[in-house]
Amino acid sequence: MDANKEVIISTEGLTKRYGDVVAVNNLNLEIRKGEVFGLLGPNGAGKTTTTLMLLGLTEPSGGKALINGIDCTKNPLEVKKQVGYLPDNVGFYPSMTGRENLRFIGKLNGLRGVELEERISLLLKRVGMEEAADKKTGTYSRGMRQRLGIADVLMKDPQVIIMDEPTLGIDPEGMRELMALIRELAEKDGRTLLLSSHQLYQVQKVCDRMGIFVKGNLVAYGTLEELGAQIDRDGINTLELSVYPENRRFQELLAQMEGILEVEKQNDLYIIRSSYDIRRKLSHMLAENGYTIMHMRISGSDLDEIYRKYFEKAGETDGKDKRKKIPRTAGAV
Amino acid sequence: MEKINERKYRGLQVLFEKEVSDFINSRRMLLLILFMGIMTVSGLYGALSGIEDAVSENTSFIFLKLFTVSANSIPSYNSLMALLGPFIGLIMGFDAINNERSDGTLNRLVSQPIYRDGIIIGKFLAGCFIAAVMVFSSGILVGAVGFLKTGIVPEAEELGRVLVYLCFAVVYIAFWLALSILFSTVCRHAATSALASIAVWLFAAIFISLLAGIIADALYPLDGMNAMLNSMDNHSCELNLNRLSPYYLFSEAATTILSPSVRSINAVTMVQLSGAISSYLSLGQSLLLVWPHLTALCAMMLIMFALSYVSFMRQEIRAN
Repeated sequence: MDANKEVIISTEGLTKRYGDVVAVNNLNLEIRKGEVFGLLGPNGAGKTTTTLMLLGLTEPSGGKALINGIDCTKNPLEVKKQVGYLPDNVGFYPSMTGRENLRFIGKLNGLRGVELEERISLLLKRVGMEEAADKKTGTYSRGMRQRLGIADVLMKDPQVIIMDEPTLGIDPEGMRELMALIRELAEKDGRTLLLSSHQLYQVQKVCDRMGIFVKGNLVAYGTLEELGAQIDRDGINTLELSVYPENRRFQELLAQMEGILEVEKQNDLYIIRSSYDIRRKLSHMLAENGYTIMHMRISGSDLDEIYRKYFEKAGETDGKDKRKKIPRTAGAV
Repeated sequence: MEKINERKYRGLQVLFEKEVSDFINSRRMLLLILFMGIMTVSGLYGALSGIEDAVSENTSFIFLKLFTVSANSIPSYNSLMALLGPFIGLIMGFDAINNERSDGTLNRLVSQPIYRDGIIIGKFLAGCFIAAVMVFSSGILVGAVGFLKTGIVPEAEELGRVLVYLCFAVVYIAFWLALSILFSTVCRHAATSALASIAVWLFAAIFISLLAGIIADALYPLDGMNAMLNSMDNHSCELNLNRLSPYYLFSEAATTILSPSVRSINAVTMVQLSGAISSYLSLGQSLLLVWPHLTALCAMMLIMFALSYVSFMRQEIRAN
């Protein structure tokens, strides 16, 4: 993504605490105009809390968030005019039709008369919901609700769209359409999108940049390549290995080798994590001891691997950091 | 500043319209109309069958008797309203907020450019509006049918009294509406809040009078010699405790408004009565008598609404 484009969403030291629990810790994030940004992390990592703070629905314990130069906490009304929010598991009034639901939201945004009706028809067409538009939303499937949700978000013609877990519970075909629509919203309309998700593959395909969130901390962010590079610098190599014959002695040999941090067995595949690239040394050693290498592969460049590594890293350091973190954040109040 | 006010008003107006049309189109509304209809018809039936006896005793303010006279086992319109009116409020409010929450529409609503309090105010006002329409149409129906059936031409004062009475009833129902909205913000499930509201209603309508008697007897015992000294205090204490219940408060106020012959609502000593002329009170005087009741009912309603307002505004909006 070209770095010259103006920043539209920025957070400075954004922090949210619930009692002793730090939901979001000192988040510094910059998202540029027209960008699709993915916020990745497991459940409970603080993604939803972050999006709620961006919308001014939750007050941060520290720091601030700006969208288009407007403070999200102090002036949530202005922010809500420009930001569309598609919540996780979006719901509609079941006794109203899809069209009526959109009309209601349109009216809340100050639209009236012909303009309102035209926008509704246009958006229903855009998300492919024309046929079901006059059925009650109580009869809609999950995928239909999601599509109507996107139309609903677009009613106010937002510059920024925040989607919370948009890919949850949608069939593959629906997913493909959703991804195409997301790209279209960013590229054709020039809107900025912030997606939060724990489903890596979809996000990987559609996002320009992404940030990885673990236990309230943004552990890394950048493009896929940048994330991969960052991992390598941090010096963890992951190797998949399978040998013949596979026996106890082989495991002992592995345990004796220098540089190996951890060995994990998945079926007949050994996953070896080491502090540097040990392929040469390993193959040499195996050959000396009469083993045949059946499979050997450095893994690491796909998001799944990156994601897992970050989780493990963050999980490791988290235990040590915990004691340090609490007084530090408490001091910031 | 003007622009901000206008916008606040707009959001509220759209929400109000939506809530009203929601109520009107819902099955719940059919239930309410049925409920109100049965109440009106049975009250009217009781009044029409009992009015003959009542008139033979006393011929003044016959029109008001349509609301207060009961016959056989059918209670009067007034007591039906006191007992069952709360249901109208409870039925409209018990799932106001938690239903939005469980439907997942609340997140969507709060992310629109409207003030958040518009959501709860809109619901409350819409409920009050519906309650007012129902109460007034039912009251006017009773008056009209009674007028046609008996041929009694109501006097202006009687009409005024009925009007005041109906306003009281709306405030009374609004109290129960506010109470059930409070439960709907606090309780996660609609069923819990419905049960909680009904529990409060039962307590206010039935149990508090038992409790008041017990407490009054404990504080001012009436056995033996004590009876002489304590009977006045005992009575006042029981009365005041009973008045904590909106049910009792409303019943007392309604009786006073609808029966001009009620001259006092507290215990009165013989000394105070000496020299009093046995006549009817004017509407103004009756109103003066129950003005504290109206104030208390309004205050209770506002306190309930304020509590639900605060708890709603302070609540975290989270995804479910």
